[in-house]
Amino acid sequence: MGDLRNDSARRTAGWMGIQRGHHARPLEWLTERLIFAVSLSTILVVFLIFLFVVREALPIFRGQMDSAAIQKTIPPADLDKLSPKELGQYLGLTGKQLAEMDRETLLALMEVRLEAQNEVPTDIRTDKDARVNTTEWRYLVLPHQWTGYDKAEFIWQPIGQIKKYNLVPLVVGSLKVTLVGLCFAVPLAVAAAIYVSQLVSPRWKEWIKPGIELLSSVPSVVMGTFGLLVLAPVLKKAFGYEVPLNAFVAGIALGLTAIPLVFSIAEDALTSVPRSYIQAALALGASKWQTAWQIVLPAATPGVFAAVVLGFGRTIGETMVVLIASGNASILSWSIFDSARSITATIAAEMAETVAGGHHYRILFMLGSVLFAVTFISNLIGDVVIHRLKGKLEGKRG
Amino acid sequence: MNSPTATVPAQTRDFRGAGFDFASFLFTGLTGLATWLILAILAVILLNILVNGWEGLSWHFVSTIPKKDFFEPETTGVLPMIVGTTIRVFVMTLFVLPVGVITAIYLSEYAAPLSPITRFIRAAVNNLAGVPSIVFGLFGVGFFINFVGKGLDALLPGAGSNWSHPSLIWASLTLAVMTLPVVIVATEESLRAIPPGLREASLALGATQLETVWKIVLPQALPGIMTGGILAVSRAAGEVAPILFTGVAYYMASLPQKLTDQFMDLGYHVYVLSTQSPNIEKTRPILYATVLVLLLLTFALNFLAILIRARMRKKLRALT
Repeated sequence: MGDLRNDSARRTAGWMGIQRGHHARPLEWLTERLIFAVSLSTILVVFLIFLFVVREALPIFRGQMDSAAIQKTIPPADLDKLSPKELGQYLGLTGKQLAEMDRETLLALMEVRLEAQNEVPTDIRTDKDARVNTTEWRYLVLPHQWTGYDKAEFIWQPIGQIKKYNLVPLVVGSLKVTLVGLCFAVPLAVAAAIYVSQLVSPRWKEWIKPGIELLSSVPSVVMGTFGLLVLAPVLKKAFGYEVPLNAFVAGIALGLTAIPLVFSIAEDALTSVPRSYIQAALALGASKWQTAWQIVLPAATPGVFAAVVLGFGRTIGETMVVLIASGNASILSWSIFDSARSITATIAAEMAETVAGGHHYRILFMLGSVLFAVTFISNLIGDVVIHRLKGKLEGKRG
Repeated sequence: MNSPTATVPAQTRDFRGAGFDFASFLFTGLTGLATWLILAILAVILLNILVNGWEGLSWHFVSTIPKKDFFEPETTGVLPMIVGTTIRVFVMTLFVLPVGVITAIYLSEYAAPLSPITRFIRAAVNNLAGVPSIVFGLFGVGFFINFVGKGLDALLPGAGSNWSHPSLIWASLTLAVMTLPVVIVATEESLRAIPPGLREASLALGATQLETVWKIVLPQALPGIMTGGILAVSRAAGEVAPILFTGVAYYMASLPQKLTDQFMDLGYHVYVLSTQSPNIEKTRPILYATVLVLLLLTFALNFLAILIRARMRKKLRALT
């Protein structure tokens, strides 16, 4: 089959299909080129996602944004003293936009800018933090003692005059929720995968497998609502914690969305262990369980690992469950029974309030690019591990 | 590394489990318990929604365009949400099906399995499947609205040119990008399930490869392609994160008229009802009813996909 396909592929080669078989078929040649071109669109799309999410975040990465509450002002009378470059920087305009505006508009813009600065309340004016550019890296990742706080703290507070963009509470919130989710989902899903692939009779398997996979068709917004309406009160009663919506509730609901994915990948890996391994073990007198635990599972361990890694990527990128069920308080806390706010929920909740092109907007895109990078890497690791495992178990098939 | 002995470390294992093996019994029971626990949770979720949602569900509920205050259980309805979700998913299908099917045809019929370009495409498909849905939303804003939309506004000046805003078309395109891997994987699976003998017979009779694909392979793969489309639709119907900033509206007095309109959406409405309700106890019935409508939509589609797939497998088994 493979040879045949290569043969026919060779036949299609040649300019405009002239070397193809009996007749030249330029139209077919063109169509086949088109098919190839369309199939490249997937690569293009991944590239575009990376490009356009990072593009919006670029000024943050390059340190070009200034979010200080009090900024240097230039009186409108000094308009002529400024070079176009300085003026563009001051008003936040590109060279092209600047060229399109007449003198009157520029003067008005400078006036507006001055007035906005004059309206900053006096208590902010005397605040030492008012001159701080909060989008600098040291304010994004390191603790800072803001005015009114007793000690240096990690604060995410993108509202008010002084906008605090510390990313640590969000990262901790995301990790906390993800960890709870995985601790709940992985043991259940892997145990179910062992049971379904090795221990249960094929007749039951036909029913159980689609059943678990049906769980993946519950939309995440529905799972979040289920967490809010059912899990939250039940778990609160069972564990007796204070805050009704917290990382624990969100994590459990999140785990439920991750179970089908972890289950299918682990089950697939366990099933791809050659039958000869299993038959050999059974022939030696091992029980079904001993075969599963001592022969099949060790052989498929990389696949289970890949399932966990891919499950991590899915869980940390999940939005609606966390947005609905986690309580969304952006405080830094390591307790899973405190309210938490994840990176995804922050983007979802705050994007609508931002000004396109402003620092808050760009910070959210930066969070998005970080998320993209994290899931990209975890997907890559998972795929490579699965690919290798299958190559090993099924022989070198490519 | 291919021999079994290399994978399992060589060591003596004692398999002489004569008589009743307590460990086997225990662990089989535990893994079985985990399996049934998952299924039980699924059953609880579905039953809970079905029982609670049934009360609020009525013909009036699914056929009414609500007034501004849609938190009133007596007068509210979800017609604009059903319409919005249906249209956005339909428009998405128009974009995602051709691109996904053609890519799958290339991967299964033309691509040399080991060439770097094939590997790149496969890696891209896998990665696309793992990108968080909220990142697709950001991509929709950064690319479709701020880049393509602004470009269209500049190209087509004049009244009514309003592309660089959240709208139905951008939400649909964002979802199309998101569901591309679903269509590709399902279609390719169905293409690979077609016996090679059919292609060989066609080629042996003198058909070109394109003729073979068009007249022999594609008709056989049609159920698989439909399954892929349905799976993509059911996945997209429940997604909220990608459309949050690319087209969904909190409230609209009328149904969307054109592709540049915003729209209301079932999933987003579930989110609004569950987080922004002034009185969660009072709005609970309509929240459950909305969830039920959404679930019925996605489950009906999934069920259809499973049925088609089962029939396709049976047919193929008869062929081989």
